[in-house]
Amino acid sequence: MKYLPLILGNLLRHKRRSILTTLSVAIALFLYASLRSVSTTLDSATEAGSTSRMVVRNATGIVFPLPKSYINRLEAVPGVSRVSYANWFGAWYRSEREFFANFAVEAPSFLDMYPEIVVPPDQKTAFLQDRGSALVGVDLMEKYGWRLGQNVTLNGTIFPGEWTFTIRATYTVTNNAFDEMSFMFHYPYLEERTERRATPGWFYLKLDDPDRAPEVARTIDDQFRNSSTPTRTETERAFNAGFMTMWGNIKLLMGTIGLAVVFAILLVTGNAMMMSARERTAEIGVLKTVGFGGGLLFALEMSEAVVIAVVGALLGLGGAKLLWANVKAFQQFLPGFGVTPGTLAAGAGIALLLALVSGFVPAMRAYRLSVISALRTVE
Amino acid sequence: MRIPLIYNVRSALQRPVSTAMTAVSVALVVAVFVAMLALASGFRAALAKTGSADNVIVLRRGAVDELSSGLSRDAARTIASFSHVATGSDGRPMVSPEVYVLLNLTRIDGFGIGNVVARGVTERAFDVRKGIRITAGRTFTSGASEVIVGRRIAQRFQHMRVGDSLEFGGRKWAVVGQFGADGSGFESEVWGENEQFMPVFRGEVFQSVIFRLADPGAFDEAKRALETDPRIQVTARREQDFYVGQSEMLTRVLSVLAITITSIMAIGAVFGAVNTMYAAVASRAPEIAVLLTLGFRPRSVLASFLAEAAVIAVVGGAIGGLMALPINGLVTSTTNWQSFSEVAFAFRVTPALLLAGLVFALVMGIVGGFFPAWKAARLPVVQALR
Repeated sequence: MKYLPLILGNLLRHKRRSILTTLSVAIALFLYASLRSVSTTLDSATEAGSTSRMVVRNATGIVFPLPKSYINRLEAVPGVSRVSYANWFGAWYRSEREFFANFAVEAPSFLDMYPEIVVPPDQKTAFLQDRGSALVGVDLMEKYGWRLGQNVTLNGTIFPGEWTFTIRATYTVTNNAFDEMSFMFHYPYLEERTERRATPGWFYLKLDDPDRAPEVARTIDDQFRNSSTPTRTETERAFNAGFMTMWGNIKLLMGTIGLAVVFAILLVTGNAMMMSARERTAEIGVLKTVGFGGGLLFALEMSEAVVIAVVGALLGLGGAKLLWANVKAFQQFLPGFGVTPGTLAAGAGIALLLALVSGFVPAMRAYRLSVISALRTVE
Repeated sequence: MRIPLIYNVRSALQRPVSTAMTAVSVALVVAVFVAMLALASGFRAALAKTGSADNVIVLRRGAVDELSSGLSRDAARTIASFSHVATGSDGRPMVSPEVYVLLNLTRIDGFGIGNVVARGVTERAFDVRKGIRITAGRTFTSGASEVIVGRRIAQRFQHMRVGDSLEFGGRKWAVVGQFGADGSGFESEVWGENEQFMPVFRGEVFQSVIFRLADPGAFDEAKRALETDPRIQVTARREQDFYVGQSEMLTRVLSVLAITITSIMAIGAVFGAVNTMYAAVASRAPEIAVLLTLGFRPRSVLASFLAEAAVIAVVGGAIGGLMALPINGLVTSTTNWQSFSEVAFAFRVTPALLLAGLVFALVMGIVGGFFPAWKAARLPVVQALR
């Protein structure tokens, strides 16, 4: 500890250099943490879905609907305790560019099956009683500055025409794998206005026991295999995981960029450390003359790199954590985007590695330097 | 008087490790910059190439894409009868009514499912669309359960080789051929006969009608005629504009990401350049003082150090461009969220992108070199010479 003033003194001699180097470490770790968070968010999204709920869709593709009559047969399957259904509505608001997720849901059963979606009781009653009303996520409300009781008109694409809904309720979520950016309304209203042309896009099932999922899936898919509309049944978790693979190889992309960032900053830091050490050659000679051992000088050089890395890591990782906890720019694409403790740990590990690698060459030099050759350069 | 550039080059080479480290950190930034933009530009290019400026795509009014559209046989016949439709060498109209659906297919590695476009066409589609050619096997036979597969998507999903059979819509479809389409989005699609697709998918309805314009310059008139005709409720768009429109969202997201990430990275690299240049100025103070004493203007010294930083950065930029070059042509795929379908496309490193990378490096060098160069130019001569 008694050497701390010496380490700090050395760092403060070239204030500008130390600050710039620390900041570049901070920037690198900020970027690294942000990029890694994209991957971890995708991973957690694939694991977030429940295994006690299942999704039944048309085996040919998600864009093909299912007959509504399937509901009775699904309810009769042993192990299924509740059935709900929904349809993708795909309308836009104001212009084609202003788009958010909008669904028609069989609301009473849907809200029962999804305790993760929280609606204040009075609003829930109001929503359930008004078939022309909508349930809107709080983030979406905020984005457009909507108020409860307001009428909102959407333009249908799959179901053409202007559709006006009264916002009767808002929801928040308890699990950040769900977003607060969706717009939901009553399925019966869609059915009524389209004169029953609309049929469910998919069914949700609630199971008594998650362990029965494989059996339930087999029973259902076998039952409909030779019908005109075969089904594909999987747990909500598997369904979500399938969705995430649509992003393609984004994890590889993020990982590669993260690596490039870290490597680039390693060069910057290493360079700065070497420059500082080279300028101090004579000093090292003096310290050696007055009795400082090689090991101690090695440790001193190393500590300098460690201080830069630690301060940089605190700034960069802390900044990323704080920023992404408060800015919701990616919530629509990546619900639950945030920096995980694992990412912070990985970032800290990288900072340590950065310190060791960038400090090693100058530290080794200080360790090996002979007094004679060091002092030769004294002016 | 100008200080010759060779002075800077030689000085930079005097401290090879430091110079190299700075240059390589710039190179990494430029490599990421070029690579990410190559991704965006490859995606955009694939979709832009998909549509032809001579073709018109007709959708149901209100539909924003083929998926949400639907046109009856009557509507398709009505559209084919318009005088704006070009006539082929056989005297029949150049028009292709198409069925468009998305299939859930399993990726080649067995993990995950993608939404692959299945397009039901007639033989006429091969005349209306330019550049479609069979690269393996043969085309499908009318009346048979046969499909051909775009050659890019064929490498990414199961059961897509010639001789395999794909199962969808409750039927087995023999894969009889693969086709290429100049790297356009069609290479990510499965094509079969529309009359075969109709009964198994959405019934007696087409999703779009594509026709060649008799006079490519007369799109506006054709559009007006179609959209105001009381017999049909349609919207008409130039095919090329339609596909460019579908690429907009993802292209924008990718470009914004590329620029944000690399700008942040660039700040770090600039800090590195600043450090290096300050150290250079400090260690060469006596030299600079000599230059000033000899009569070189401070302006020349400023320019000289700026040039030194710029040279290091541009060399770095060139290395970065070279590092990014091998990804050119690499095929990847993602979901185009605008059409919800899987699109396979190739990274596209263009000369313009490489140039942009060099300019980016130059900017980093000049920004990083400015303050150290300024310091050099204002060096107190007497002190420095002491």
